[in-house]
Amino acid sequence: MTESTEVFDADIHAKAAEIIGRYPVARSALLPMLHLVQSVQGYVSQEGISFCAEQLDLTDAEVSAVVTFYTMYKRKPCGEHLVSVCTNTLCAAMGGDAIYKKLAGHLGENGTPLGHEQTSGTPGEQGSITLEHAECLAACDLAPVLQVNYEYYDNQTEQSAVELVDALRKGERPQPTRGAPLTDLKSAEQQLAGFFPDEEQFTADVDGPSAAEETLRGATLAQDRGWVAPAMRDEEANHG
Amino acid sequence: MADPITPVLTKRWLSPNSWRLSTYEQLEGYTAIKNALRKPQEQIVALIKDAGLRGRGGAGFPAGVKWSFMPQTSDPARPHYLVINADEGEPGTCKDIPLMMADPHSLIEGCIIASYAMRANHCFIYVRGEVLHCIRRLHAAVREAYDAGYLGNDILGSGFDLDITVHAGAGAYICGEETALLDSLEGRRGQPRLKPPFPAAAGLYAKPTTVNNVETIATVPYIVNGGSDWFREMGTEKSPGPKIYSVSGHVENPGQYEAPLGTTLRELLELAGGMKDGVPLKFWTPGGSSTPLLTADHMDVPLDFEGAAEAGSMLGTTAIMVFNETVSVPWAVMKWTRFYEHESCGKCTPCREGTFWLAQVLERMVEGRGTEEDIDTMLDVCDNILGRSFCALGDGAVSPIESGIKYFRDEFLALCEDNKAKQSDSALVGASA
Ligand SMILES: Cc1cc2nc3c(=O)[nH]c(=O)nc-3n(C[C@H](O)[C@H](O)[C@H](O)COP(=O)(O)O)c2cc1C
Ligand code: SF4
Ligand code: FES
Repeated sequence: MTESTEVFDADIHAKAAEIIGRYPVARSALLPMLHLVQSVQGYVSQEGISFCAEQLDLTDAEVSAVVTFYTMYKRKPCGEHLVSVCTNTLCAAMGGDAIYKKLAGHLGENGTPLGHEQTSGTPGEQGSITLEHAECLAACDLAPVLQVNYEYYDNQTEQSAVELVDALRKGERPQPTRGAPLTDLKSAEQQLAGFFPDEEQFTADVDGPSAAEETLRGATLAQDRGWVAPAMRDEEANHG
Repeated sequence: MADPITPVLTKRWLSPNSWRLSTYEQLEGYTAIKNALRKPQEQIVALIKDAGLRGRGGAGFPAGVKWSFMPQTSDPARPHYLVINADEGEPGTCKDIPLMMADPHSLIEGCIIASYAMRANHCFIYVRGEVLHCIRRLHAAVREAYDAGYLGNDILGSGFDLDITVHAGAGAYICGEETALLDSLEGRRGQPRLKPPFPAAAGLYAKPTTVNNVETIATVPYIVNGGSDWFREMGTEKSPGPKIYSVSGHVENPGQYEAPLGTTLRELLELAGGMKDGVPLKFWTPGGSSTPLLTADHMDVPLDFEGAAEAGSMLGTTAIMVFNETVSVPWAVMKWTRFYEHESCGKCTPCREGTFWLAQVLERMVEGRGTEEDIDTMLDVCDNILGRSFCALGDGAVSPIESGIKYFRDEFLALCEDNKAKQSDSALVGASA
């Protein structure tokens, strides 16, 4: 086994310490730290497990038990991008099952569809894609949805999904419907650990689109019809 | 009567860069904390009780009552915590994530007031991991709030200190259950805890803790500014206030509609432009897949906590999933059951084994290999899960099955009939060969 220190450099050690500093009790840092580990290797390797165990004074077995509980921690090297297709009932009925099937076939080889959490291309290399089916992604009003590296691509069709993965395979990075400009899975994992790019990039990322028509439908309808909530009385606002 | 749509939580969503502090401040943001931090804690708890604000995370427990369970003293050895449940994973539910993306500061302001009222100096926002843009917005908003002095030490000179930590989960529906969430936040597998002790007695790190849903807490600043009477001008006697209804599926205009509690499906469908392409409604959920299905006969049920319960369902998260005639009920039920099987944490036998077997039976049935006895077997298994599981995930898992069979038994039977017909056909073929 490789020593975890060979994989995780001083910067990652510093970041791990910073995560621990966010919590009153160190062990709370484990979930974000596993995201951090994935940002280095694209998955949670045995070295990654040992690294977390060392930082938090846990055993490898204790960390492993946590890793296997959560679906976002991948135990095999992943592609440059992770494509997650919602196949929960609502999305499935709106076309999500068909999209997943289509992508599995499209990304498969020699007539064998790509399986859940399998990778097309060489993991880590440009254009490689790991495919998975996902549970409800809290975007049912925009069904069927999929995500690339946990950024939303809403109202998908089989065709739009195929075009999207083809673009990813060519090294392109189509803009999410809602989200920051697309990066790769490792960068996304670093952000999930709570580490963001420099100020200028972060501002641009934060201001990436989110205002889907669907999200705003109620508010827009109210504006058009002149509907409002009851007015607050001023004396309440001042003295309550 | 309030208007059909009452934008309170959603009132800033149309403003450009609604997620930025500058927008929030221009639109009355952070005025409620100025009001609240001057008052005794008990008065705020009483206000939330008077307003009748009920939890928006599914169970509808009165928020003010929950807050009053917290010890009313400060003991440095026993710090208090507020934990925001932003794990939004109940199928169909899609309100908290857009709320936090569009107006994260309203949640933060609610966190400040709630933490102050419960004497907590550290608040955690546990947000599901798969929503990167939302997590990014939360981090940015928390930074802005620190820089402006709304978070940190001695907030606005009030002497009150508060830190907020944004914590990303890692993909497990069960972590939305409040005690599983606490275990997960402690860096463990997300498995529910035995209650009692309740979190107010022994929650995060065994310290007094309150877990509240995003929408619950984001509502608090408006109540502080508007007062309880204002809040009660919307909704019903026992379920006051506005609520974000998330309408999805086979409707013309799916989306988020913030309306007074007690709004009916008929009214919501009208707002959402009716059924998609005019194809008739077949079944729907009032509040996610864990709330029993309803049918076209329930269009006029007032969607508040009481109304949904009287109709034999639950209000849940007001996730209105609408399915038209083209969707097979056994198929939909099978899909949801697979979800519960996948998400069962495995801690207790009825749920772990039960969801596994139910999924097997349903898959067989949908593939046309089911029998009439399978229907009874499923109801039997459901009986053994309902009320006998360690947490409410098990109860939720039986909801689609029991309600699906209750209203659409014929559809399950038809699948079995087909199967029987095929079997006797092949028996005939066999006999003549
Ligand atoms: C399986 C399961 C999943 C849940 N998921 C969520 C969730 O994602 N968000 C949420 O706020 N509550 C969820 N709940 C409800 C919480 O346990 C808890 O009641 C709620 O967070 C309390 O907040 P409230 O009183 O403000 O509603 C879930 C419950 C169960 C049993
Ligand atoms: S009911 Fe299911 S999810 Fe809840 S504790 Fe039991 S096995 Fe876990
Ligand atoms: S069912 Fe796909 S996002 Fe909810």
